[in-house]
Amino acid sequence: MRAIDNLVRRITGRLDGPLLGIATALLALGLLTLYSASNENPARVSAQVANILVAFALMWVIAQVSPQTLMRFALPVYMLGLLLLVAVALFGDVRNGARRWLSFGVGSVQPSELMKIAMPLMLAWYFHRHETALRFRDYLVAMILLAVPVALIVRQPDLGTAMLVTAAGFFVIFLAGLSWKIIVGGGVAILGAMPLLWGMLHDYQRKRVLTLLDPSQDPLGAGYHIIQATIAVGSGGLVGKGWLNGTQTHLEFIPERSTDFIFAVFSEEFGLLGNGLLLVLYLSLVTRGLMIAANAPTFFARLLAGSLTLTLFTYAFVNMGMVSGLLPVVGVPLPFISYGGTALVTLFIAIGMLMSIQNHRTLVQT
Amino acid sequence: MRFAELKNTQRELHYFQLRVGFAGMAVVIAFGLLFARFFYLQVIQHDYYHTKAEDNRISIVPVLPNRGLIVDRNDVVLARNYAAYTLEISPSKVANLKATIDELAGIVDIQPKDRRRFQKMMEESKTLDSIPIRIRLTDEEVAKITVLKYKLPGVDVKARLFRQYPLAELASHVTGYINRITDRDLERIEEAGLDANYKGTDHIGKTGLEQSYEQELHGTTGFEQVEIDAGGRGVRTLSRTAPISGNNLTLTLDIRLQQVADEAFGDRRGALVAIEPSTGGILAFVSKPGFDPNLFVDGIDPANWDELNNSPDLPLNNRALAGLYPPGSTFKPYMALTALEVGKRTPTQSIFDPGYFNFGGHRFRDDKAGGHGYVDMYKSIVESCDTYYYILGNDLGIDTMARFIGQFGFGQRTGVDVEGEAIGVLPSQEWKLKRFRRPEQQKWYAGETISVAIGQGYNSYTPLQLAQAVATLANNGVMYKPHFVNYIESAKTGERTYVEPEPVKTIKLKPQNIQFIKRAMVGVNKEGTGAVAFRGAEYTSGGKTGTAQVIAIKQTEKYDEKRTAERHRDHALFIAFAPVENPKIALAVVVENAGFGARAAAPIARQVLDYYLLGKRKGKPAETAVTPQSDDDESD
Repeated sequence: MRAIDNLVRRITGRLDGPLLGIATALLALGLLTLYSASNENPARVSAQVANILVAFALMWVIAQVSPQTLMRFALPVYMLGLLLLVAVALFGDVRNGARRWLSFGVGSVQPSELMKIAMPLMLAWYFHRHETALRFRDYLVAMILLAVPVALIVRQPDLGTAMLVTAAGFFVIFLAGLSWKIIVGGGVAILGAMPLLWGMLHDYQRKRVLTLLDPSQDPLGAGYHIIQATIAVGSGGLVGKGWLNGTQTHLEFIPERSTDFIFAVFSEEFGLLGNGLLLVLYLSLVTRGLMIAANAPTFFARLLAGSLTLTLFTYAFVNMGMVSGLLPVVGVPLPFISYGGTALVTLFIAIGMLMSIQNHRTLVQT
Repeated sequence: MRFAELKNTQRELHYFQLRVGFAGMAVVIAFGLLFARFFYLQVIQHDYYHTKAEDNRISIVPVLPNRGLIVDRNDVVLARNYAAYTLEISPSKVANLKATIDELAGIVDIQPKDRRRFQKMMEESKTLDSIPIRIRLTDEEVAKITVLKYKLPGVDVKARLFRQYPLAELASHVTGYINRITDRDLERIEEAGLDANYKGTDHIGKTGLEQSYEQELHGTTGFEQVEIDAGGRGVRTLSRTAPISGNNLTLTLDIRLQQVADEAFGDRRGALVAIEPSTGGILAFVSKPGFDPNLFVDGIDPANWDELNNSPDLPLNNRALAGLYPPGSTFKPYMALTALEVGKRTPTQSIFDPGYFNFGGHRFRDDKAGGHGYVDMYKSIVESCDTYYYILGNDLGIDTMARFIGQFGFGQRTGVDVEGEAIGVLPSQEWKLKRFRRPEQQKWYAGETISVAIGQGYNSYTPLQLAQAVATLANNGVMYKPHFVNYIESAKTGERTYVEPEPVKTIKLKPQNIQFIKRAMVGVNKEGTGAVAFRGAEYTSGGKTGTAQVIAIKQTEKYDEKRTAERHRDHALFIAFAPVENPKIALAVVVENAGFGARAAAPIARQVLDYYLLGKRKGKPAETAVTPQSDDDESD
């Protein structure tokens, strides 16, 4: 009896309760929604359950590792990511007009996905090393470390991922104490450079932005996604049409129902109340993550926890904003809810890191 | 140093926590923004999006009614429907139309004329509807296409009801035809506010009864609310309002009589209209040549269209309704009646006919060389003496003639229940004043009156007007509006709505005058110009022959039938009614370019009267005319 008890404690002991609880609740909602979105296809749900199990395993492993160990991985992982991005640029496969994949004998990977973790890890490590006296030069180096992979990702082109990697890196720099003057100045400079940026965008990217401003311009083409998703959300009303009763969902008006647009399905069937619940869950998750960051013992741990949490928030915000017609369509899955193994694994690696930081907050004093 | 470091670390932590707090605030604001957006969409705008979602999923699909049938008085079917499979292409869903058609041609037989018709229909219709490339597919062809359909987006096999006119040419100018709805038809439908009822309807009546009774025949379109998915595929039916079939038309027309008349014409051109005098019901309505209305139903192919349209025989012209002919001598009974009624002549008053009438330096000739000698009114009709009427016309004056004869409907629309009736010309001073612009043209010359008096000159009337006039005469001046439809049968209730005979007017005539004219017309068939044609008739009949000049002949030239080109030959006319005591049928015949009315037109009238009154057919035993086909709706 005691042995079993010990075993359970050994397995769960290093997992953060609140994080695990919130994540599990979100995953449960996700599976419910996925079942509806896949037109009640149990195979899709079991495939996602398999993804979850893999992700959980990774989370558990990483939760056991100390932040010091994670820190040791920062530079190698970043370098590997960078190398792979260069490789993609040179030998990558082109799919749907974008060069994002790198083929190996057994399968293919998307190195930009790796950067979502590698970037905050690298920058947190970098700032940690120069913790004692951070000067402007250090921020500049950090920005270059950020800009190089982002530039490679933009070139693929994959604007969505580039923005998320940029966000992850920026959060580290911001939390590391970049002066407000530079943040505000930089913001103004970016606004000023908008026309220039516009010229650098690909046609389909411009179209997405224009379509956001007025979806009715292109109701059969790019605007179709936004229009149908907005109709699904709006027609859901206060309490929703009920689980499995979404007409936009089941008559297949919503595109990408299981992945990027799954929030439309959720919103149609569960209404404003469901959306409120979802926001509360995400907010709890972010709060917990930021608490972990605030209480973390080392600069590295703080920066890593803070930026991972804020990145997670960014995913949720961008996805829900896109589905409800507030933001342009960028290929961002909704954390915990969208179908897909890669995104889930990345997500739970981040959760695992948060747990690792929470577990080791008192163990080390450097 | 250690203290400073600690202090530094603490300050750093504090500074970090400030930033985290700031970030947390940003998160709360961002989520607040999202929630506001959700509230806006899901509460404030909910009704709008709810409607949008319903519009997305619910499609209203029209369910077409069956078009009403047209049958003759004996229930012989003149227009019906049958179901057939068509191969259709939706041009909007096909990238390369020619390649698709070529591919289909490898599967089923597609003729060049099918392609031409498809091309023509596509140009005419700007809708997104599918357009047939092949009609009447065999079962085998349907199977072949169905198997390969997955490879052919935008290609469909559809079951459609087709209109069919089983008697083809025979009733073509009565039934008219339906054809695909054009943009112009669509405009008219929209103006009439009927667009909802025409959703999904491809065809509309274009001529004849199909056109004039379109509203009765079409029926009421039903609707199905169908739930559809994003691909437009029907998932389930939510509700259904059944269509109401169009009403059936039963005509007064006797198609067997029509056939007798049609065959009597042989290959000659012309028209015949037979009317029941006591009701105005049309018994036969022939316009020769006819055409096959079935050619139009599926969209006529250009080759057939050119042939019909460019034929010198003008088969598409409805001669009975819109052909204009001078009445020739068939005008004389009305002239005589005018003279009696206005008191210009008595029946016994005679004139001497030397074979011509000189007026204003012109010599107006009589047909008979040397003249008819002494001629009274009876003889003037029986022998058709022109000189009698030259003098009478001069005595009456054009306006008296026009005023009195106009009462019989000459030069006016009869108001028959099909569209496209011609008006014709009843000449008068007033008419000429309106017709011409220049003063010297507008002036009426007394010499013109003399031509008009024998049914020539400006006179021109439709065979329908001629028939209505003789029917009115036979009916002692009581005129009924001519009509084709006897009753309309509601497809829903089976209730019959009869077309009541509509008396137009009663012309005030002295009984002795009308009886005298009738007696003279009986004389025509007994001992006069119609006697050869009506020898041995087993019923009493009145008639009048007529010969109408097509081109004016110079005064000095003698008319020579053989030398005149066929198309310039005179038209032969005949009007008749029978039996005299109680007329059951009155008719007018025009045979184009056939010469003397007595020779070409009267025999046709004889055959029609024989059949109608006795059931006799020339060269055949009685009562074996058209075998009525026992036809049921929708079967092929």
